[in-house]
Amino acid sequence: MTTSEPAAGAAAAPAQDGDVLRVEHVSKRFGAVTALTDVNLHLAKGEVLALLGDNGAGKSTLLKILCGFQPPDTGRIVLNGEEVTLKSVDHARELGIDAVYQDLALINQLSVYHNMYLNREKVRWPFLSNRAMRREAKEHLEAMGVNIPSVNVEVAKLSGGQRQAIAVARSVYSDAKILLLDEPLAAMGVKEAAMILDLVRDLKEQGEVSIIIIAHNYGQVLEVCDRVNLLQQGQITFDKKSSETSVVELTDLVVAEYRAALEARHRSA
Amino acid sequence: MSETAEQSVNDPGPQSGRDPLALIRNIGGRGVRQREATIFVVAVLLLVYFATKSSAFLGESNITNLLSGVAAPIIIIAIGEVLLLICGEIDLSVGFVFVFAPFLMHYLIDFYGVPVIPAIVVALLLGLVVGWVNGFLTVTLGLPSFITTLGTGLILLGLMLTTSNAEPVNVPVAAESIGKFFGSQNGGYAWSAFIWAVILVAIFHVVLTRTRWGLHTVATGGNLLGARESGISIARIKYGNFMICALMGAIVGLQTAFYDNTIDPSAGGYAAMFLGVTAAVIGGTAMLGGSGTIIGAFLGAIVLATLTDGFLITGVSANPLNIFVGGAVLIAMIANVQLARRQAAGRAR
Repeated sequence: MTTSEPAAGAAAAPAQDGDVLRVEHVSKRFGAVTALTDVNLHLAKGEVLALLGDNGAGKSTLLKILCGFQPPDTGRIVLNGEEVTLKSVDHARELGIDAVYQDLALINQLSVYHNMYLNREKVRWPFLSNRAMRREAKEHLEAMGVNIPSVNVEVAKLSGGQRQAIAVARSVYSDAKILLLDEPLAAMGVKEAAMILDLVRDLKEQGEVSIIIIAHNYGQVLEVCDRVNLLQQGQITFDKKSSETSVVELTDLVVAEYRAALEARHRSA
Repeated sequence: MSETAEQSVNDPGPQSGRDPLALIRNIGGRGVRQREATIFVVAVLLLVYFATKSSAFLGESNITNLLSGVAAPIIIIAIGEVLLLICGEIDLSVGFVFVFAPFLMHYLIDFYGVPVIPAIVVALLLGLVVGWVNGFLTVTLGLPSFITTLGTGLILLGLMLTTSNAEPVNVPVAAESIGKFFGSQNGGYAWSAFIWAVILVAIFHVVLTRTRWGLHTVATGGNLLGARESGISIARIKYGNFMICALMGAIVGLQTAFYDNTIDPSAGGYAAMFLGVTAAVIGGTAMLGGSGTIIGAFLGAIVLATLTDGFLITGVSANPLNIFVGGAVLIAMIANVQLARRQAAGRAR
């Protein structure tokens, strides 16, 4: 199988004109540690891409580069055909790239609708237009199929899946065109995960948003994504449509990597 | 955790059943809560208790003293501390802005011939400057606010004692007519200080619950990273609340000087500051940030003032007073912690 050869699969990735995002030859080092080596990745409009990889494969480094948190050492990021330099998280967000972390950006003490509108509040100066925010948040969540008891409850009272859904809804609502979902299914129960996957499926049907799901548990994400990229030791080693691969194949790849590393260590010891 | 989550999604029945109730609760807004109702009851019980103990307690002169003389300063300081505690900071220096501001006004008027109004404005500006410095040391240089404000407070105390020779002085003659406006006992309207306090409570209650500033203050204290992620300027919120808190200190200092018709170097200080923090805590403000209400702090201040005044008027020795105040703080904090725990448990169950 050619996929185990570094970057072979990635280099073969057919980049198209319709791509909303292309990552070209991106590398990143932290001192002596090489986090990413010549990473190539592309994302079409409305596409859902699963970026898989075991812990330490470089997923979070790539995520941080894509959301503007840190710049790559080399390589370029092309957004809608134009090369961009992401100066900050805010800048990336302005350009329509938004990362959704598991919980990070929700304020437990605030209501769902205040969280949805945080820092983009509707205001009739000097007062908050709570009624308008409440109504629109409700409509928006309903349209997205997010099921919560009420937009008035504090997010602290919601379940993990509901919180995640609200974080996603907020990003979509703030005109994000490219969503980076960081481990959206980690620590989720089966039904919670189903809720998030349904949400991704709905967004896919609407076709406005392109999504990169970053995960290490590929069984569940394979159901919703169009394409799978596998990140191993800082390189994209695998790029296939999800209909052309399987959980077994992916598992074999990761296990093979583990075995090879183990053997190498035995040999050197 | 995952089981929880499943359950609540799986079982929307009771959740949606509770929905209308949640709506009713929300009609009153975020500010009105069970917690405040509890403190309100405590305040009323204390008032009734002292009223039965002493016939003089409900007399107008005592009630105005309780509200204007004792409660008003606690209330106004508590407003500033609530805002700071909610966004995750504290101001220990506010009591020294309290003592310094009226001396500054006195120096300007009596030594430098500055007219009264500009002198008062400068004294109020002192609060804003001290608040800015507290913000700079805490936010920009990264000191814990406990240490920052301990330092700036002591510096202010030293400056005040040095410049005043630790001697009390009379309110400048030129300022006496203004003083009446602030409820000077020397012919001013006795309710005045309390009315000022209530106006400030109303303003800052609205600021906290109905404006972006309030929302961002809660967000900053509730989840610093999350607020920053959302693009909220944490620094602006913290600087601003430090400045508001110190400004409250300056207002209280001037008002107390006018009320007593004297500028006293032993006024304010740590005692005034801690009473403000105590009122905030009794009123349900969490020391860890993210939650608290101005109305709660107002009621907390009324409880503290009633205890203080009640002990005096019933002729009981004032010595055991602090036992009750200390007990009240502990009980309030235990209630806070238990409430938070129960909420957390409710989520995890």
